Amino acid sequence: MLSWMAWTWSTAAFFGFVVLALVILTLLAIYRPEMPRKGILGFPTTRGDRFFVTMVGSAYIFVAWMRFGGGSLYYPLAGAVLYGIAMFRFA
Amino acid sequence: MTDKPWNNRAWFFVLPVLIFVLFSSIVPMMTVVNYSVQDSMGVNNFFWNGDSWFRDLLDPSTEMGARFAGALVRTFVFSFVALAIEIPLGIGIALCLPRRGWAIGPSLVVIALPMLIPWNVVGTIWQIFARQDIGLFGAALTGLGLHYNVTQDPTSAWITIVIIDVWHWTPLVILLSYAGLRAIPDAYYQAARIDAASRWAVFRNIELPRLRKVLVIAVLLRFMQTFMIYTEPVVVTGGGPGNATTFLSIDLVKIAIGQVDLGNAAAMSLVYYLIILTGCYVFYTVMTQLDRRRDS
Repeated sequence: MLSWMAWTWSTAAFFGFVVLALVILTLLAIYRPEMPRKGILGFPTTRGDRFFVTMVGSAYIFVAWMRFGGGSLYYPLAGAVLYGIAMFRFA
Repeated sequence: MTDKPWNNRAWFFVLPVLIFVLFSSIVPMMTVVNYSVQDSMGVNNFFWNGDSWFRDLLDPSTEMGARFAGALVRTFVFSFVALAIEIPLGIGIALCLPRRGWAIGPSLVVIALPMLIPWNVVGTIWQIFARQDIGLFGAALTGLGLHYNVTQDPTSAWITIVIIDVWHWTPLVILLSYAGLRAIPDAYYQAARIDAASRWAVFRNIELPRLRKVLVIAVLLRFMQTFMIYTEPVVVTGGGPGNATTFLSIDLVKIAIGQVDLGNAAAMSLVYYLIILTGCYVFYTVMTQLDRRRDS
């Protein structure tokens, strides 16, 4: 039934991670409600905003890495994780 | 007693929309992500291809990379040119519109007319309008001795596409600016008259600052729309001559549907999507921040 979607383990793992993150964010929003706070981005952000900025920024990190002919994708992955931690901490 | 800022239960009402979006956007997007890392040989026969499609696409020395870079540059140039014409022109026309009296209604209706016409109809209108033999615009320019040919001359094609977009969407900028101008209290103009301010000073110090919010909306909205332009160039020029007016959306359709090159098309659409998504997020953030500032 799903063969036309051509799933692979890697892409399934990626979307699984996104869904898991959204579930965690939802549960946090229910049990640990927060107010938006202002950080280095200059506008008030919630956890959801910071997650979104992390995802989009990580995509740019990967694109830039491949654009400038970088090797293994584990380096930009590490960069994206560091970037994400920084966003959740300071944004 | 609850410590929540608001009741989140209302989100359940959004559930039907969420299910709809799941099938209209999320499932297709997941499929595109899957295609972008695989090579397909015929029906449902996929092979792992890793990040090669993306590396090809992002490296301008490859064929696909050069094609993508060219289309990307053309799309940005088009957005920039269209904005550079539409925004000043829209403000200028909005300033000339009557502010009181019976003429307001008819003027606004006439100005809004182009926006009511569907994209493909706009394209067809201009395709005929720009023809050299029977089109009023094309025949008039040719009659004046100008070299004008949409299907063979890249400059003509570009000018035509830009004029179409300006004709179709400047009204949006006009209406937004006009609404912004109408919202300026009369007291500002009275103060300017007392100070014997010149027309330019009134525009520079009263009108332009008060228009800032609507102009931000206009610029972002027009940027997103011009960046996704598809129908008009396809109908009028078909992306040609050569690939002079092949913008990203057109190239994407050519690769995905024309060549059935799913891997390349998927990688390209994801990078394209990333740019659009960034634009939308900036738009959304600016809008919500403007609202919040107005509320406080």
